[in-house]
Amino acid sequence: MARAARSTGGVAPPSSTPLRRALSAGAVACLVLLVLALPVLLETRTYELARAAEYAIAILGLVVLVGFTGQISLGHGAFMAIGGYTSGVLMFHTGVAGALTIPLAGVVAGLIGFFFGFPALRLSGVYLALATFALAVAVPSILKRFEGLTGGSGGLVLDVLAPPGRLHVRPERWLYYLTVSIALVLFALTWLLLRGRAGRALRAIRDGEVAAVSFGVNVALYKALAFGLSAAYAGVAGSLLVIDSGFVNPDTFPIELSIRILVGAVVAGLTTLGAIPLGALFIEFLPIYSQQVSQQAPAVIYGAALILIMVLLPSGAAGLIRRLLSPVIGRL
Amino acid sequence: MALLELEGVEARYGQVRALHGISLAVEEGQVVALLGANGAGKTTTLRAVSGTVRRTGEIRFEGRSIVRGSPEGAARLGIAHVPEGRGTFAELSVWDNLRMGAFVRRNRRAVSADLERILVHFPWIEERRGQQAGTLSGGEQQMLALARALVARPRLLLLDEPSLGLAPLVVREFFGIVRMLNQEEGLTVLVVEQNANIALTVADRAYVLEVGEIAVSGSAEELRRNESVRRSYLGY
Amino acid sequence: MTEFFQQIVSGLASGGVYASLALALVLIHRSTQVINFAQGEMATFATYIAWTLIDRGMSYWPAFVLTLLVAFVGGVAVERVVIRPVERAPVLTVVMVTIGLLVLVNGAMAWLWSPEVKSFPSPFPSRAIDVGGVAISLQDLGILGMTLVTLTLLYLFFRFTKVGLALRAAAVNPESSRLAGVRVSWMLALGWGLAAMLGAVSGMMIAPTSFLEPNMMQVIIIYAFAAAVLGGINSPVGAVVGGLLLGVALNLIGAYAEFLGPELRLPVALAILLAVLLVRPAGLFERAVVKRV
Ligand SMILES: Nc1ncnc2c1ncn2[C@@H]1O[C@H](COP(=O)(O)OP(=O)(O)OP(=O)(O)O)[C@@H](O)[C@H]1O
Ligand SMILES: [Mg+2]
Repeated sequence: MARAARSTGGVAPPSSTPLRRALSAGAVACLVLLVLALPVLLETRTYELARAAEYAIAILGLVVLVGFTGQISLGHGAFMAIGGYTSGVLMFHTGVAGALTIPLAGVVAGLIGFFFGFPALRLSGVYLALATFALAVAVPSILKRFEGLTGGSGGLVLDVLAPPGRLHVRPERWLYYLTVSIALVLFALTWLLLRGRAGRALRAIRDGEVAAVSFGVNVALYKALAFGLSAAYAGVAGSLLVIDSGFVNPDTFPIELSIRILVGAVVAGLTTLGAIPLGALFIEFLPIYSQQVSQQAPAVIYGAALILIMVLLPSGAAGLIRRLLSPVIGRL
Repeated sequence: MALLELEGVEARYGQVRALHGISLAVEEGQVVALLGANGAGKTTTLRAVSGTVRRTGEIRFEGRSIVRGSPEGAARLGIAHVPEGRGTFAELSVWDNLRMGAFVRRNRRAVSADLERILVHFPWIEERRGQQAGTLSGGEQQMLALARALVARPRLLLLDEPSLGLAPLVVREFFGIVRMLNQEEGLTVLVVEQNANIALTVADRAYVLEVGEIAVSGSAEELRRNESVRRSYLGY
Repeated sequence: MTEFFQQIVSGLASGGVYASLALALVLIHRSTQVINFAQGEMATFATYIAWTLIDRGMSYWPAFVLTLLVAFVGGVAVERVVIRPVERAPVLTVVMVTIGLLVLVNGAMAWLWSPEVKSFPSPFPSRAIDVGGVAISLQDLGILGMTLVTLTLLYLFFRFTKVGLALRAAAVNPESSRLAGVRVSWMLALGWGLAAMLGAVSGMMIAPTSFLEPNMMQVIIIYAFAAAVLGGINSPVGAVVGGLLLGVALNLIGAYAEFLGPELRLPVALAILLAVLLVRPAGLFERAVVKRV
């Protein structure tokens, strides 16, 4: 993983001749258009595509953490649960419309992630993995304990998502565009962030803490910030997950969810933003198609994919694409 | 036929080439010293023999090529390598360290007999057998490393700077034991030393390495008389 | 007071199970600095094999022994096939591979045996005996005894056999071990095999009370993590003591700390895990390693 992290120097394009810059701008524009047109092209899959966009947000959070600080979390489902329950509790107890709770869900998860990040960053790689894994396994039982607020194991039944006011859109399209807009904004934000000062600081940390300290980077603060940001993304994704399901209970956020996100991030290559949608589509659609073989096929394939990618292609889909494209791009 | 023969051996660490084709021979029953400045490639030569560095060229042990073998294979053939830094199993007891020396041997009775014989030279070990080896003093660890190598009953003993950090008296004691084992039991030794004085007193033959190549070789007597060796390594 | 003692004994019994699994984690971590997240699933898999053997009419103890053998071979095979290719990769890569293994084995179990809960026989009678006015269940005693026998055998193996010595040596100093003639790479595989065996024992001990299903070990493995960290992740003795302590503590909390309630056993274990990691990462019992260069 560290190997992969180092070989792909962040998100900035490797070089920028005017031609290349125009090409990548064009490519991004085409992609955005495609994303907006998808529900029309794939009418019947709108809901699943919205789900994939939710996963993409969660994976984005993980990639920010893994790719840019070199640390790993196996328990991002826990922060999704915090975001999800923030929305769920607000909607259930105050009747606020779901969409309005999303920013708060992100903020709450982000703050908790930030404060979790301070002690967590003192742990080295394996221990952080251990701690976050245990956290994700423990979250459902914590949720069950605070029954008054969370509805215990029964959970909370919420209003189904409806488009606001007089807007006449089908609910799943509304969900799709809501989710995708949020995802696009967050992607753009992350991209800008990582190009700026903060991004340089984060990469400095990843590539060597000692050097970062000597350049005057406050390592503890930046790591906690990265953790908080990453948790905030997870919180937003969790909030959307709850809003689109119309209910929430502790089993909405099992350890399998954390692992699923992790698989998505690994498939995407862990360190680049570009391939995240592929990772998200993979974890959303793989179960749908492979369940026709067997109820258990998705888990088996996830596991096998994780092992094979780590062994054969630690840079994931991004690395594969880069390798396939490099003869083409190299000539431009 | 020499017990150990190197012919045009090269070795590298990644891109860094540390040996540029060296050739040397160690006859059965001899003590051979390997001298040279820091970074000349002495350690690397020993590592090439025991297989702990990537190497090419030809290395023959008892006439058979071992250049494709592994360190554990070399140990099984009877090459005992006491590396720089002694290679102590710091967290194991002194006694377990000795038992590790006998790992390649099958005959338990013979091992016990050898242990008894070896411990005559290191009487203090018996009293410290339960102590964690990492807590021994540097000199004690060096003695333990020698004892550990001897328990293996090696055909060839590779010693890397055994005198490092030892008091002069202990150095003499150490080489005294080596010399005795060589004379009484025919133990063959290839020893790397900074302390050329003592090395050339104990050794039958010696090679001087310079930047990965053999610069001078000959009997210990010849090297002691060699003008440049005297100036560079003996200091008089 | 008598209930208190009963709680302690049954805490020790479950603690023994945590201890076995924690010890399995420690065995692997000592030699490779990797935490095997799939340890629990591998244990459950072995338990399914035992279940199948018993279901096919084999009696308990032969099935038990055969399962241990299969687990050993399986552990060795897993190391050779999946871990070996990433042996030199960064630790986190290996950790991710073990996560993949966890998911894979978990799915495979549900596929092969269905996710439904199965009952698993216990070799021990369900009676209780009276010890000085305290009724102690033979079940608990049996599990505890089984754990102690396993740990003793393992101790003797490591202490007195040549292979056990080589395993310890390879864990603390692989380079010197190779120079001494040890095939270190096989020692790693052997360690995985032994760890898998320990896991199998813990699985077969816990299955009668917790029932057999693919996620049987999901919570237990967290307790094992906590126990291993509590005792010092590299200390076998620490893992055992940590496991027993944790078992007793969780049992007493479950019985007496009503405000926490039984659901919070897992979060309590998590809190212990985090607290130890942050305050005393070497664990409660680990001796400072003495190294001289
Ligand atoms: N692990 C390594 N990686 C890269 N280069 C190495 C490594 N070990 C040794 N070298 C290089 O190989 C060359 C020979 O080193 P070697 O250790 O054999 O020297 P030496 O003669 O034993 O020196 P000294 O007397 O200081 O022990 C040196 O230039 C050294 O920098
Ligand atoms: Mg040297």
